[in-house]
Amino acid sequence: MLIDPKRRAACERPAHARRSCARQDGSFRINIELPVTADDRRIARLAALAIGLTLAEAAIPSPVPGVKPGLANIVILLVLLQYGWRAAAWVSALRVLAGGLLLGSLFAPGFWLSAAGALVSLAVLALARHLPGRYFGPVSLSVLAAFGHIGGQLALAGWWLLPGAALLKLLPVFAAAALVFGAVNGVVVARLLARPAPSARQSATCIPPSIP
Amino acid sequence: MTTLRTGDALVLLAGAGFVIGLTMFAWGGERGDTAVIRAAGQVVKTTALTHAQTYSVDGPLGATRIEIEPGRARVAADPSPRQLCVKQGWLTQSGQAALCLPNQVSLEIRGRTAAYDTLGY
Repeated sequence: MLIDPKRRAACERPAHARRSCARQDGSFRINIELPVTADDRRIARLAALAIGLTLAEAAIPSPVPGVKPGLANIVILLVLLQYGWRAAAWVSALRVLAGGLLLGSLFAPGFWLSAAGALVSLAVLALARHLPGRYFGPVSLSVLAAFGHIGGQLALAGWWLLPGAALLKLLPVFAAAALVFGAVNGVVVARLLARPAPSARQSATCIPPSIP
Repeated sequence: MTTLRTGDALVLLAGAGFVIGLTMFAWGGERGDTAVIRAAGQVVKTTALTHAQTYSVDGPLGATRIEIEPGRARVAADPSPRQLCVKQGWLTQSGQAALCLPNQVSLEIRGRTAAYDTLGY
């Protein structure tokens, strides 16, 4: 079998420098590499954090399905404030997807509700982040995002899962929960952002706001 | 850098107002303005909830005393054994009703719009 010498030579180069090469025995090796940037790694790390909080939260019993603290939104908000809306959207989407996988609710109604909430919440944040930062801090963003979150979920639930007036009576419960948890999460975000920057060594391990 | 800025307080206040408004919209019924008293299915008295007054309606067991005050009404006394209609206390919302069944007397509150088309007891 004839092998192009150029192709054979490609096998001698280090792995990251070769695309594909032909070995001596004629077998053909294809080496596909997806370039991973620092941004990708950071998003993956932050998404893992958000997913962890989602899982932890699923273990908390709730009197009304849908009333949750929304701890993952702390991460989303930190990402938004430090790395911008695009990164926040990525982390949010990955959280919803992987959260659905891990909780076993992928493509189940609960997953779609979660996705609708995350979508509306991100849309609200896209607008709300342009509010003057001098007057509107993380608490505002968090409360607005929480209202967006529950609004998106209820809109989908009312339109698709429970059409009718049944949801109307629960609206105040959901709205009050969004207000309280949104405010608490916002205060947490504000506190985390206000802390002095930790050392570089810590930043590589587990502290949310300073993950590089 | 403070935790809570001016706008944050405004957002929280607006959110609280929104929640309160939503609560009143979803949970608050319409206040009634008329009391309808029935005995054995027949309307014996329809009166506006404007001033304090007392009615006595006779049923098979005895007299049921109904008390009306501005904006509310109740069954004050009834000879029925379980006293369910008396224990209901004051009725204020349109559509609320107190039934004194063995004595066949009922008190119903109505508003501008009826909460139900019909109620079968």
